[in-house]
Amino acid sequence: MIPLTWRKVKNGGMTLLMALFTLTVLIPLVLIFIHIVRMGVSSLSLDFFTQIPKPTGEAGGGMANGMVGSALLIALASILGIPVGIFGAVYLAEYGGSRIATTIRFAADVLSGIPSIITGMVAYALLVVPLKGFSALAGAFALSLIMAPIVLRTTEEQLKLVPVSLREASLALGVPLWRTTLKVTLRSAMKGVMTGILLAVARIAGETAPLLFTALGNQFWGKKLTEPIAAMPLQIFSFAISPYEDWHRLAWAGALVLVAVMFTLSLTARYFGRSKQSGL
Amino acid sequence: MASDTNIHRWKIEKGRSGDVIFKGITVLFAFFILLILLLMVVEMALESLPAIRKFGGSFISGRDWDAVQGSFGALPYIWGSVVSSMLALLLATPLSIGAAVFITEIVPKRVGGVIIALVELLAAIPSVIYGLWGVLIMAPWLQRSVEPFLIKYGGFLPFFQGAPYGVSMLAAVFILMIMIVPIITSITKEVLLTVPASQKEAAYALGATRWEMIRIAVLPYGKSGIMGAVILGLGRAIGETMAVTMVIGNTPQISLSLLAPAYTMPSVIANEFAEASSKIHTAALMEIGLILLVVTLIINILARLLLWSVSRQKGRPVP
Repeated sequence: MIPLTWRKVKNGGMTLLMALFTLTVLIPLVLIFIHIVRMGVSSLSLDFFTQIPKPTGEAGGGMANGMVGSALLIALASILGIPVGIFGAVYLAEYGGSRIATTIRFAADVLSGIPSIITGMVAYALLVVPLKGFSALAGAFALSLIMAPIVLRTTEEQLKLVPVSLREASLALGVPLWRTTLKVTLRSAMKGVMTGILLAVARIAGETAPLLFTALGNQFWGKKLTEPIAAMPLQIFSFAISPYEDWHRLAWAGALVLVAVMFTLSLTARYFGRSKQSGL
Repeated sequence: MASDTNIHRWKIEKGRSGDVIFKGITVLFAFFILLILLLMVVEMALESLPAIRKFGGSFISGRDWDAVQGSFGALPYIWGSVVSSMLALLLATPLSIGAAVFITEIVPKRVGGVIIALVELLAAIPSVIYGLWGVLIMAPWLQRSVEPFLIKYGGFLPFFQGAPYGVSMLAAVFILMIMIVPIITSITKEVLLTVPASQKEAAYALGATRWEMIRIAVLPYGKSGIMGAVILGLGRAIGETMAVTMVIGNTPQISLSLLAPAYTMPSVIANEFAEASSKIHTAALMEIGLILLVVTLIINILARLLLWSVSRQKGRPVP
């Protein structure tokens, strides 16, 4: 028999070890956060929001074109990706249950683990090559491929939370199933669906790899959707690996703005998600 | 009266055809998801066909990557990907499981909630920002403090030989570890929450200390779910592109030293794809992408099967 004191010592030791592990997990994350805020705040200026990047060696400049470009890419990707996610989820939650629904669910889960650079390569083969050039369109398409499975899974979870009795009440009043789904089921799950959409937007807002050879980036303002377009993550990437101090400062400022936008999105999503029981 | 019922019937009919159309639309969109997955595999396979035909098996075993000569061997990239993600996983696994157990079993719920919220919020930071921090803050720190230390005291080992560059395999391992720890921690936490209270109470009733309870009740119960979380972390590490590209040094070489720069599969795609010089260069990069896709597909299928088995036991979704 192992003596009790030794077991107690072991218990204490393991507890301490796990506390240390938790601390080790948190320290780098907190450090990154502090650095982004400190370097970002000291580099931010009004120019950042109104100017486009200055040529190499010149001080100042901003990421106005990248911000507009990113917003445009996200909007386009949402137009393509959200309907697929929501209507696909309606199928899984309202008509599914068969083996095929399980397969689709599984495919969505697997899809969200595929490296995003592959998504970029596929978008390149499907849109950049046929259209003979890098374009905002191809970038948005790549992002929508990432967005759709996320929206699908979160929407489905939310639809499942809507009580069956609500659907039955509507059907009993003679409302056809499709109208019931649109006006009753989806509407009652609206908050949860919004949460999913916000989380998906937060995810694609920072995606860089799928844009590298689709949207490509642009030093100036893009004029058409069939032209390369600037995006914040791409600008942060190219400025961060450049040897210039001024560009590093721009990258930090960009990182701060991007992180602020993303945190706002996911906090809003959490707020929406909290009022109802969330799947997460 | 008759016309009334006719209107009624007409409305029902309309509702029915609406139902058919609506269901059709949802089926179509749902199948898009399957289609996307299928499209990815087919498209990547088709695009890499020229390289597969030309190089065959020597593509994987070859060490020579020369766009000018048109000879392509991917071994240095495969090596870099395998070593960086395996080492990162080796470091991240105990840390994440320890943290997840600490959050769920040891601290009060409130405190655990705050920690996990922080971890999940930081897990949402995009990869390119990890890379920015990695290349401007972490790599210089490694070059100044950590690597000279390792060379001085571990220099007799082949792993710590060479000059301190900062950007290196070591930097890639660290940044990957930092990035996958939040993912593994938060999924492991979800898995541990599915352990029934009765299991824990049974262990306590037998006189177990808290650690013994964790060891005999919590960890064995969550075993397959934790495995799923770890494998999912591996998938993320292998596919991680931006942060690694920014800190690994992008030098295609096979070196035992962690201080030497290296190169990974996603990184070479990120760096060369947009400016590929020839058709065969593009195809070679596509083949690297295909290998990456197949490997991550297998990893993700495995991880999801393990995690689904957990959520089925409890009827609770595990992300």
